[in-house]
Amino acid sequence: MDYCPHTKDDIAQMQAAIGVKSIEELFADIPQKFRFRKMPDIPSGLSEQETIALMSAIAARNQMPRLTLTGAGAYVHFIPSVVSHLVGRSEFYTAYTPYQAEISQGILQAIYEYQTMIAHLTGTEIANASMYDGASAMAEAAVLSAKMSNRSKIVAARSVHPQYRQVLKTYCWANGYTVTEVPCATSGQLDLAGLHSALDESVAAVIVQSPNFFGCLEDITPIADAAHAKGALLISGFTDGTSLGILKPAGACGADFVVGEGQSFGNPINYGGPYLGIFAAREKFLRRIPGRLAGATVDKNGKRGFVLTLQTREQHIRREKATSNICSNEALCALAACIYLAALGPNLKTLAALNINKTQYLKSRLLQIPGWEEVFSAPIYNEFTICCTDARVVNEKLQAEGIIGAYDLQKDYPELKNTLLFCATEMLSKNDIDHVIEIIK
Amino acid sequence: MSKTNPADRLYSKDHEWVKDNGDGTAVVGITDYAQEMLTDIVFVELPPIGKKVAQGEPVAVVESVKSVSDVYAPVSGEVIKVNGELETAPDLINSDAFGEGWIATLKLADTDELKSLLSASDYDTLIKEEKH
Repeated sequence: MDYCPHTKDDIAQMQAAIGVKSIEELFADIPQKFRFRKMPDIPSGLSEQETIALMSAIAARNQMPRLTLTGAGAYVHFIPSVVSHLVGRSEFYTAYTPYQAEISQGILQAIYEYQTMIAHLTGTEIANASMYDGASAMAEAAVLSAKMSNRSKIVAARSVHPQYRQVLKTYCWANGYTVTEVPCATSGQLDLAGLHSALDESVAAVIVQSPNFFGCLEDITPIADAAHAKGALLISGFTDGTSLGILKPAGACGADFVVGEGQSFGNPINYGGPYLGIFAAREKFLRRIPGRLAGATVDKNGKRGFVLTLQTREQHIRREKATSNICSNEALCALAACIYLAALGPNLKTLAALNINKTQYLKSRLLQIPGWEEVFSAPIYNEFTICCTDARVVNEKLQAEGIIGAYDLQKDYPELKNTLLFCATEMLSKNDIDHVIEIIK
Repeated sequence: MSKTNPADRLYSKDHEWVKDNGDGTAVVGITDYAQEMLTDIVFVELPPIGKKVAQGEPVAVVESVKSVSDVYAPVSGEVIKVNGELETAPDLINSDAFGEGWIATLKLADTDELKSLLSASDYDTLIKEEKH
């Protein structure tokens, strides 16, 4: 039997009820020139064998880089195969967010463990079950700060990722809040004097990122103190999540919210996504934070179990008050992060040290090239900003060798001409770096 | 059994009470009947000082083990004081809704609005009807 959602009588009744004579009338508002009139010529179907041949030929046109020297918010790391094996299990692998959550004790336990790991790594008491990406997590923290304090100004360091600042401005614009940017000092860090002059009693939150977009580490404690002295909150972000393995957590430096991109933890770079928004906070904001939280409890027999808890603001009894609604399966990205972090354990610190070593080696080799100069003096993690004679030529040479070059900062910071942001992770061997230097010089 | 609704204040149909201080300010809370319906209160989201609310707009949020409800401002005004005790002891609303469980003090924008509210006996009648 054909699928028949409405009978002719159903349709006639509905049309009569709303006073139209034909379905066509429902589309009367759309100008004719925008209407779809004729199906394009689509050839008849292909066999499976022909389809695979066609798709393989198209896929072969993708250029897969041999090496990547760009980070700038997306980081190439080695992903142990245990991550894809476990994430791909049918209990987990769905496109949609897990509902009927209490039936799925496994996913709830994984989310709970993810939250615990993130709270530990960020030096905070609580973390939610994840957001869409680092930028929206940062913007949510800003909006929440403004709502809680009845203040309408957000102060953000100009060294925060430029795209994050765009997302932040969009969220703030929609809520009627303003964003003021604080310039960088010559160290590449937030200019503290500039921060002090931007701060007043109307500021809800100060936003920094450490490592920041230039790769520099920020000195968070004095920034937190300055914010708190004016009654503002500190939102601290980070670029590459693996830096959390070695740096003093922002939560231990006075940050009220720690937000950032969790892609580095077991999620591949994949044409722009999916990404993982990390959102962690002080416990006093527990009932105000967006998203969902998994909690541990005991069942009626006293056995340990897991529930979705304190999620009143999303999808449930107060969804009209929610500021976010994460529907696609972000939990899968959080699960990948959870498995990755569990697999690495204390070796996350070793990995972070490896990133620092590779980066210092690449940086020292680049600085030996005549005309190449260091731009900022602050300590770095796995990215750094360097000035060269011709940024475009450098990247063209690298591209010709199948290497994604460094990020050209002039796009976002017009004053930084011929200035490149390099990233080196554990994926680069010493030989790779030596090869890069040979190509460039 | 709910406590008696004190005659020294006015009531809204949404189960808030407002006590006119006579100096252009008024204290706002929820009624004992409301707390009884909500059951154990576990969290109160207080408004920031300085927030301006219009009559009928949400001024606070009360979360119980059963549900989450907006507390609507029974009158328009600016929040000049909040009951910070509720941050650590939200159950004060359960034990003493008309006293220690007060929520906020408003600077009244329009004292005429008080006329639109119910007296204690009108409110008694309202909840008697709701119970049936």
